Amino acid sequence: MKIAKPASRNDVRALTGSLVRLANEPYYQATGDELAVFEAAARSCLPVMLKGPTGCGKTRFVEHMAWRLKRPLVTVACHDDLTTADLVGRYLIVGDETVWMDGPLAAAVRAGAICYLDEIVEARKDTTVVIHPLTDSRRALPVEKRGEYIEAPSDFMLVISYNPGYQSVLKEMKPSTRQRFVALDFDYPEAEVEARIVAHEGGVDADTAKKLVKLGSLTRKLKGAGLDEGAGTRLLVHAAQLMAAGMAPAVACTAAIARPLADESDTRDALDDLITAVF
Amino acid sequence: MSERKLFAHELEARLDELLLLSLRQRSAAEPAALLEALPRQMQERVLHWAGVAAQTSDDLGWLIVSVAAVQAAKLGEDFDDWVRAGLDAYDRSGLAATRKVLNDFAAARESSGQRSPGGISFAAIEGRMSRFLHALDGRPLRLVSGKTAWTDTETLWLPERLDVATEAAGNRRLFKAMAAMLWAQTRFGTFNVDPEAELEMWSDRGRGLAWFALFEAMRLEACIAVELPGLALDIAELRGPWPAALEATAENLARPDATAADSLVCMAVLRKVGAGDTPKFPHVGSLDPVAARRVRAARITREMAIVRRALNVLRGTGPNGPDADKSDYPLLAAEGETQVVDPQSELLSLPPPAREAAKSLMQDFGQIPPEVLHPAGPGAWQPVDGVDTSNAASCTVQPDAFYDEWDYRRATWRHDWCHLYEMEAPAGDHEWVDQVRSRHAHLIRSIRRRFEALRGEDKPQRRQFDGEEIDLDAQVEARADRKSGAEPSPRLFIHRRRVERSLAVMFMVDMSGSTKGWVNDAERESLVLLCEAIEALGDSYAIYGFSGWTRTHCDIYRIKRFADRYDASTRERIAGIEAKDYTRMGVAVRHLSGLLVRQNTRHKLLVTLSDGRPDDYGDEYRGRYGIEDTRRALLEAREKNIRSYCVTIDRHGADYLPQLYGPAHYSVIDDARKLPQKIAEIYRKLTG
Repeated sequence: MKIAKPASRNDVRALTGSLVRLANEPYYQATGDELAVFEAAARSCLPVMLKGPTGCGKTRFVEHMAWRLKRPLVTVACHDDLTTADLVGRYLIVGDETVWMDGPLAAAVRAGAICYLDEIVEARKDTTVVIHPLTDSRRALPVEKRGEYIEAPSDFMLVISYNPGYQSVLKEMKPSTRQRFVALDFDYPEAEVEARIVAHEGGVDADTAKKLVKLGSLTRKLKGAGLDEGAGTRLLVHAAQLMAAGMAPAVACTAAIARPLADESDTRDALDDLITAVF
Repeated sequence: MSERKLFAHELEARLDELLLLSLRQRSAAEPAALLEALPRQMQERVLHWAGVAAQTSDDLGWLIVSVAAVQAAKLGEDFDDWVRAGLDAYDRSGLAATRKVLNDFAAARESSGQRSPGGISFAAIEGRMSRFLHALDGRPLRLVSGKTAWTDTETLWLPERLDVATEAAGNRRLFKAMAAMLWAQTRFGTFNVDPEAELEMWSDRGRGLAWFALFEAMRLEACIAVELPGLALDIAELRGPWPAALEATAENLARPDATAADSLVCMAVLRKVGAGDTPKFPHVGSLDPVAARRVRAARITREMAIVRRALNVLRGTGPNGPDADKSDYPLLAAEGETQVVDPQSELLSLPPPAREAAKSLMQDFGQIPPEVLHPAGPGAWQPVDGVDTSNAASCTVQPDAFYDEWDYRRATWRHDWCHLYEMEAPAGDHEWVDQVRSRHAHLIRSIRRRFEALRGEDKPQRRQFDGEEIDLDAQVEARADRKSGAEPSPRLFIHRRRVERSLAVMFMVDMSGSTKGWVNDAERESLVLLCEAIEALGDSYAIYGFSGWTRTHCDIYRIKRFADRYDASTRERIAGIEAKDYTRMGVAVRHLSGLLVRQNTRHKLLVTLSDGRPDDYGDEYRGRYGIEDTRRALLEAREKNIRSYCVTIDRHGADYLPQLYGPAHYSVIDDARKLPQKIAEIYRKLTG
């Protein structure tokens, strides 16, 4: 394997592999003024924070906006082992040479992309701090190991997401981080909108989609009473996709909704009851 | 046990001894004579339960014996269930209710006939069904077992046991259908009409009610079909076809616009042509409109007050709002007009409790009653009661939570038995903590040093395939290898691995009266040292004190919540820990493990600091009862993935602690004065 030192923007893309330019419009159903707010923030070079429960469309929204703004997108799923080097970059050794390789964040800054840090609170505290200079008037990424200071072009945009619902007190975002962002609240869409989404994404008819949404709203009432979180739109879409692939509704819902949500027997049985009640 | 039956005089003597009857000038001769006929095993069971009941109250014991004498033979295998139901009723509502339950129970069993192997008890479906109901729309409903299936609009009663179908699945399905029909009654307005005028015209009120229930079942099934078609199909399949004579009525009531009033119209029609007996459908419960409407009326009053108050706060009316001093700040014309706002949008902006109340009112009326929406004059407006935080302990009226307690003698739960109050611990002398810290300065320093070494930090791992940094040593070696023609190792990186402790610890501090004096001092000093140590470690921890006085006064004192910092006010609360009353431990374990389980850490640890065995005022909790209840509570915690540990200064601790916490999950400190020195070390071993 021969890895060359990245010299140009084109090389960056070849190396990181995470820089995506979306050719087709990702389906997204707006529920409020989030499109306008995001576009305004992009024009004003402001970072954006998306808050909301899992599976309610945060990632899809970012993909849609990247397409809409015609900017490349870099997505990083944060986890508790994510180090600064994972974001900024590191030296690799190839043959006798040391070769610098940009991390996804540095690549995004150079390329003027949208960098989407998914579930930011999962990342380690010291890691979150590296985004600070990018989110204020400096708009730059210092790369210590190279002694480099990458100034972000106006196209660069930082987007983070987090789910305030189930995070522990230990993983709350620090005010010094959160107060740098324009925040957009996401929630499960209204029933009608959600049914349209499920029908479109899952490839099922309107009536089935409506039933799936009904089931979803019932499970969401179990939050705190057996479930950490109800079924997100994503799970409903999964169930719809299974149905479109020919599974019976009850089997599809059990596999795509009930089993992923709960292990405990009473809750599982109750979910099964809900599925048979709706279908 | 000998197989010989006890004679009447022997039974009389045993009963007298158990229930102290001669003191009360009662004679056990009559029940003893009846019990004489029973087999020995049954006699012993009656005596056993009489003793158990007598520990709660002699009158209860006497009641059990006197009813058991008549019914024991009939009850057979159900005898234990029967007594438990009676004891449970006594806990809830007293002696009169117990008598009723005991008598009704036997009648219910008799009518339900032979038990089938596929029978399902209420307990078997309770968890599943209560979650099912919780998920359905509408106001939350409590689920309890009773003689028949009915609802008062806030609680659902389902039968103790169903034996209708031979298969378990069939009985489970019937339970679900019953619960769903009752839920539908509250959800689709069965009690929004007053059936009394119609019922009065029936010569047999019971028959009238049964018809009302049946007509409503027809209507509600159609309502369910709209929201939950699968459930409606299930119910239709279960009940089979309606009788031919009623098919037209059923169709009529299935109209989407049919209401409970239409069911009353059907009743009136039927009454005129002469009503026969209602056809029996197992999924149709009974109706008690009087009880339901009473509960409904009380709820409506309560909720209207909540919504009105919240709306007034929102609009800024009332004595505290701008309306109070209207003369100084005359309303602008535009402001005056906004008094009638769109109620829907306004309701959305209510705080959650008021929104729930508003939703519940919508369920009762179909809309928010207009009188709620119109601003009330200052006279009718109740300002939000100012909570006097200075003395929260004495002025809290409503308990913060109810907990079940395990009664080993009954081998069952006593429902909602303990009333728990949670409050902020009073602040003590801040100088005291400073004194402790300076007195133990040396110890604190050494503890901190040792603990800092334990702290989760990045550990660099050398010679890795991948990592953040280059391992220069490895790189040099690799070059040398290559120069000399050997194959170089590809492990050239340093990877930093975070060793995370991910631990949450709950300290549960005994604040019982027996800790008064130096035990209390030792506890407080230990907590100070512990806090210093854990701060160095960075673990998540909380400290709560517990004490109480009987089951209706179980107190939990917040000293440090998980979110609180170890600051001056926390230190003052530690200093303020003082000996209070008794040690009802089970309820404290249940409450605090409930708080602990919400912590999103991999490991959860509940550490009890105590000076003795569980104990409470009165004889009940003392001894085995308290130990068994605490053991049960700790087992529940264990099921929630919480590990428990106990540090005690009770020298007899080894007698009962292995039973409670398991071997090697406790430390007995023989001298309380050594507790502060030892506690940090125990913690280090425990979590290291």
